[in-house]
Amino acid sequence: MSQFAINLIFVGGSFLLYILIAVWAKAGSTSDFYVAGGGVHPITNGAAIGADWMSAASFISMAGLIAAGGYANSTFLMGWTGGYVLLAMLLAPYLRKFGKFTVPEFIGDRFYSRNARLVAVLCLIVASVTYVIGQMAGAGVAFSRFLEVDATTGLIIAAVVVFIYAVLGGMKGITYTQVAQYCVLIIAYTIPAIFIAIELTGNPVPALAMFSEHTQSGMPVLEKLNQVITDLGFGSYTADVSNKLNMVLFTLSLMIGTAGLPHVIIRFFTVPKVADARWSAGWALVFIALLYLTAPAVASMARLNLMTTIYPEGTAAQPIEYDERPQWIQEWEVTGLITYEDKNGDGRIQYYNDGNADFADEAEARGWAGNEFNYNRDILVLANPEIASLPGWVIGLIAAGGLAAALSTAAGLLLAISSAISHDLIKGAINPNISEKGELLAARIAMAVAIAVATYLGANPPGFAAQVVALAFGIAAASLFPALMMGIFSKRVNNVGAISGMLAGLIFTLVYIFVYKGWFFIPGTANLPDTVDAWVLGISPLSIGAVGALVNFIVAFVVSNATEEPPVEIQELVESVRYPRGAGKAVDH
Amino acid sequence: MSDASSNAVLYWKANLRLILGCLIVWALVSYGFAILLRPLLAGIPVGGTDLGFWFAQQGSILTFIALIFFYAWRMNKLDEQFGLAEEE
Repeated sequence: MSQFAINLIFVGGSFLLYILIAVWAKAGSTSDFYVAGGGVHPITNGAAIGADWMSAASFISMAGLIAAGGYANSTFLMGWTGGYVLLAMLLAPYLRKFGKFTVPEFIGDRFYSRNARLVAVLCLIVASVTYVIGQMAGAGVAFSRFLEVDATTGLIIAAVVVFIYAVLGGMKGITYTQVAQYCVLIIAYTIPAIFIAIELTGNPVPALAMFSEHTQSGMPVLEKLNQVITDLGFGSYTADVSNKLNMVLFTLSLMIGTAGLPHVIIRFFTVPKVADARWSAGWALVFIALLYLTAPAVASMARLNLMTTIYPEGTAAQPIEYDERPQWIQEWEVTGLITYEDKNGDGRIQYYNDGNADFADEAEARGWAGNEFNYNRDILVLANPEIASLPGWVIGLIAAGGLAAALSTAAGLLLAISSAISHDLIKGAINPNISEKGELLAARIAMAVAIAVATYLGANPPGFAAQVVALAFGIAAASLFPALMMGIFSKRVNNVGAISGMLAGLIFTLVYIFVYKGWFFIPGTANLPDTVDAWVLGISPLSIGAVGALVNFIVAFVVSNATEEPPVEIQELVESVRYPRGAGKAVDH
Repeated sequence: MSDASSNAVLYWKANLRLILGCLIVWALVSYGFAILLRPLLAGIPVGGTDLGFWFAQQGSILTFIALIFFYAWRMNKLDEQFGLAEEE
């Protein structure tokens, strides 16, 4: 059977499974549709949060970025897990106690202002649409490879599938479908990693294998990897970074953004009790960690495998001939995500770091005229089983897993966007008397527009999938998280303060991003080059969200203290949110 | 001020102390051991690299999990201790 057919079977089979579960779960519980988590155990809810949370960025893109950046890109690992600590301690239990269904609704009530609610809607839409762009870019890569079409066609197919999936699955955002998606994606991620771990080290646990001995050379895997890549002029994998400020701020942006993303927060509204909201956050992180502990292992081992594929006789010998390149390189070339150009005309694939001035002499001595091999980092996880020559069904499995990750998150985000527009914007502000039918129609139109915008921008993404997603986190970090946290932990912050804070944080962050990435991400409109030298204090646009959050906090406090206190009933609301049993009432006696 | 309100104040203070303690550990493993203090840990080898690298790629994640479960366990006990747990 051809690989193409195997891929179709795995992808089609997993989609069929989700639909069957959605239909089955719906038949079991029509009445409590909106409290889907009502009778769900925190462990089950944790797995569902895991699927909702782990997106194309986690599944497809992250390991590729770590493989390329080594230690410096550990930021993604810490940033996307550390946010759950903030969520569990600073937001989830209190928002659960408050008991409303959207994030703008909490902000609108706590800051007793329709305008605050509208500003929250704006922040939510900007962050979520940016996030969807990252998903579309990732899903596009997956489709282009497994349906053997070019990247743009893959993106358009992804857009159509996401639309159908969001309209279908969105109506049934049921916990059990997401549990199934979690199972598919974690199995798909882990199995190839286990195979490769055994191949390279004999240790079947990938997370341990990356710190074990490389069987072939007798050196630790990471030392072997460092040796191979530094031989070719690349930076050492485990080397420390010099720009620590940027690394700290980037990690912080991802953490705060994780805690501020509405589609994650919404999941905690559905657990039955405040105590369960705390447990759910813990279980969610356990399920997420299963992938996140494997990801760095995949990254280092795939990078090593890639190097040995191109330099089978070692880095001192000649690289492979282009005509003898493995099948997977040929197949990825079709998508345009791997490119080869024979600069010195010797018919071999010279893959090295031609940007390293210290290595230029050696390259010249070896008759190399520049790096000839380029690959898009987003392909690394998907190509990983092929690079390690694993059986065809593993490749089919990883296709199904990558798509499960991208589609479940995209659907969750689109739901958050459409509910913000139909529930908070149209019903809450423009037309409170809108009919149920009209609200649903508005939600679908909002979804379609969001997909169209994301697809257009996904065709020319301002970075790799995980980097685009990182921008979304910066925006969420700078706008929503501070407002939510101050709403719970401060009684003094008032309506004017919260609105000024959110706007200041959002605008500050967006301007900084647009200046370097192009206005509204439209290519060619950037004012400054997106390089370390041009960044203020070496802070990258990906890291600016943490500074934006600080701006938000400061502006909100200063403005609040200069204006009058919130009314008594709002202070009592804050009290009641803090105590699981509603101690706010007890104060009256 | 009634007992109910001072009880609630004590509960909230206990919560804030607990959060502060947890967040100190949270910051120490990620921003500390994994990033800023990595050069200090460079002497401790872990499988071909150093302890700071391990904290950056695995250790901090494991610590985060432990922190959340610890917090949930402590808070759920505090809820009951102060009589503020949700009714069944």
